[in-house]
Amino acid sequence: MIAAIFNDIDLMIMLVGALVGIASSLVGTFLVLRGSSMLSDAIGHSIVFGIVVVWLLTHQSSGPWQILGAALTGLLTVFLTELLVNTQRVKKDAAIGLVFPVLFSLGILLINLYANDVHVDAHTVLLGEIGFIWLDTLNISGVEVPRALLTMSGMTLVNAIFILVFYKELKLATFDAALARALGFAPGVLFYALLLLTSGTAVAAFDAVGAVLFVAFVIVPPSAAWLLTDRLERMFLYGILISIASSILGYQLAVLWDVSIGGMMAVMTGGFLALAFLFGPRHGMLALWYQRRHQRALNDSRTLAVHLFNHEDGPEQAVENVTQALRDHLRWADSRAQQVVERACHKQLIVQQGSQLKLTPAGRQLAREILEPSRQPSGNMPQ
Amino acid sequence: MSPAEWLSDYTLQNVAIGAALLGLVSGVLGSFAVLRKQSLLGDTLSHAALPGICLGFIMSGGRHLGSLLAGALFTGALAALAMLWLTRMSRLKTDAALGITLSVFFAIGVVLLTHIQGSNNASQGGLDAFLFGQAAATLRSDLWIMAGVTAIAMLLVTALWKEFKLVSFDPQYAACIGMPVVLLEAVLTVMIALAVVVGLQMVGVVLMAAMIIAPAVAARQWTHRLEHMVILAALFGIFGGVCGAVISALGPGLATGPLIILSLSVVVIISLLLAPGRGFVWEILKLRSDRRALRHQKVLTTLYHVACQHEDRSYRFDQGMIDIYHGTNTRNALQRLADRDWVRLQTPPPGEPVSAPQWVLTDSGIDEAERLLRYPAEEAAS
Repeated sequence: MIAAIFNDIDLMIMLVGALVGIASSLVGTFLVLRGSSMLSDAIGHSIVFGIVVVWLLTHQSSGPWQILGAALTGLLTVFLTELLVNTQRVKKDAAIGLVFPVLFSLGILLINLYANDVHVDAHTVLLGEIGFIWLDTLNISGVEVPRALLTMSGMTLVNAIFILVFYKELKLATFDAALARALGFAPGVLFYALLLLTSGTAVAAFDAVGAVLFVAFVIVPPSAAWLLTDRLERMFLYGILISIASSILGYQLAVLWDVSIGGMMAVMTGGFLALAFLFGPRHGMLALWYQRRHQRALNDSRTLAVHLFNHEDGPEQAVENVTQALRDHLRWADSRAQQVVERACHKQLIVQQGSQLKLTPAGRQLAREILEPSRQPSGNMPQ
Repeated sequence: MSPAEWLSDYTLQNVAIGAALLGLVSGVLGSFAVLRKQSLLGDTLSHAALPGICLGFIMSGGRHLGSLLAGALFTGALAALAMLWLTRMSRLKTDAALGITLSVFFAIGVVLLTHIQGSNNASQGGLDAFLFGQAAATLRSDLWIMAGVTAIAMLLVTALWKEFKLVSFDPQYAACIGMPVVLLEAVLTVMIALAVVVGLQMVGVVLMAAMIIAPAVAARQWTHRLEHMVILAALFGIFGGVCGAVISALGPGLATGPLIILSLSVVVIISLLLAPGRGFVWEILKLRSDRRALRHQKVLTTLYHVACQHEDRSYRFDQGMIDIYHGTNTRNALQRLADRDWVRLQTPPPGEPVSAPQWVLTDSGIDEAERLLRYPAEEAAS
């Protein structure tokens, strides 16, 4: 039965896709929160160099030592970038953009020069081929298991353990690096460890999704999760869920349309981000628009109440407290004035008596709260 | 092949001209991008060009450079817009927005690319050459298109020179005096997409980022004036482009794109090390000479203080004692002081046991020490 599961190619591909997404978004969450997202782009590109060099030296591309060796190129990128930034000649973004193309170019040249010795061609470097993972299997107690599945499971496990063990240190270092340093948590070392894991994940995921699509798996699910929640724990949860959903949906659509599987999975993460951007509960466009509308309606009601209250029982009451005056004196368009009056009636802030608008006690109370806040026994005010 | 034949080689000519055009346009436009801290925008826009190339291919039904580049320009501008939208309308930071736009647009491009390859279109060959560029396939007609785009970009920069300059350095002031800052920034951004479009054929979408950044960073080292920086960046860009093209023509299997980037990186490294004023080498040399000056000045003032303590202007200092006081060998520092005539060797009177050379302060040495002690800050600053 177990063999049947591992022989199910569809399931294996989706599983590997989901694992790539989970492992990446675990580390990606901290990168996004720290504002270092583009480092994943740089790492993704420059590990190409490491992978080629490791391949030329050992003629093996998988295995923990190979992954570690290639991942060191990722750290080298970060180190060189920080070195450049520390000289104060080059801004951070320019430094990133200077370092990774060099390593990437070297990697591509090596691939071109040793084309016969290297198992990767330039095409796979960028796109990966998650559809072929079942070509490379390992025999474990009689069951053929795709090698990529093992590698990605291992990487996911390592990332998860690192984050669980150093959870509070990472949290502190991300949100308040100065305090973390003051308390002796060495946020710099932690960050480098995190980047080493990011590089390792990039190397492990390389055969499946390539250098550039990896960036989508690292940055997009955590960003979408960040638009959905303010809590770090939930950010991980949502990031993982989005990764799994993207993998399943992406695979189905890719098969349906006969297009790149990895590409479609990455597009799906983008789709989820767009959904979070538009419909997120507190930070989504729709929620923001609704909040603004609500605030505007509230302001209009308050303006109306204050206007009526100011002229209540005064000599100009007959001319001021009519709908016409709202248009002339508050410069509201007819439709708006009409709308505000209707809404205020509905909320029982005012009543209409002929053309006259009269405040109800509730409306008078609202106006008083605004005009005489100090004289109100307000429940909100601290005593 | 003799050099003359080599130079008149049709393909090499095309590649060299194309690389020069690319260097020119990306050097000039990159200068503004780097100064406005938008270096990585080029990276995002170039990756975002991939879906545009595919769309152009699908729309025109063939590999016509004009329509491919139009598509690239379109999706590049779309990506810039999406990025702005994400940063303005949500709480995502710029770097996340850049990464999201880059990877999602590229993913869409990959999907479209595989869709085209799946549809078995005979003329799709070489479409994925745009990933790394395929300089050798450059045709004369392609060059005309690239030259046209470059000319448009150069005209725009010349016409809007002072506006671009102000927006790059002081956007707040530009807004105060009523310039359409948002529009100008949009134009500058779209022009990066123009540079990307020129570079697609030569270096491909992946390496364009360095093409935008490297010449500008190198040029920045040599000058403090925008005019000079832009011209230098253009020259560096052309130099790097032609170098890369020529080297790649030397051997088979040497891709042009990576070689152009590596040539430019060498220029950047040289500039970072050697540029007068901002180069590391000069800085290290200056640091060392400052340190030496500080050392012998310190020795001089020590001698002065000791002489004051002894109320003896011609007090004889035993070199061993000076060494012990400073915790290091002061022979070189003393020698430098002696070269300046601030101290001199004193032969001890006969009969006295000599363990080490003995020094005395000269009159000018005392004056110098008094000057140093009076204006310590001024001395440190000079």
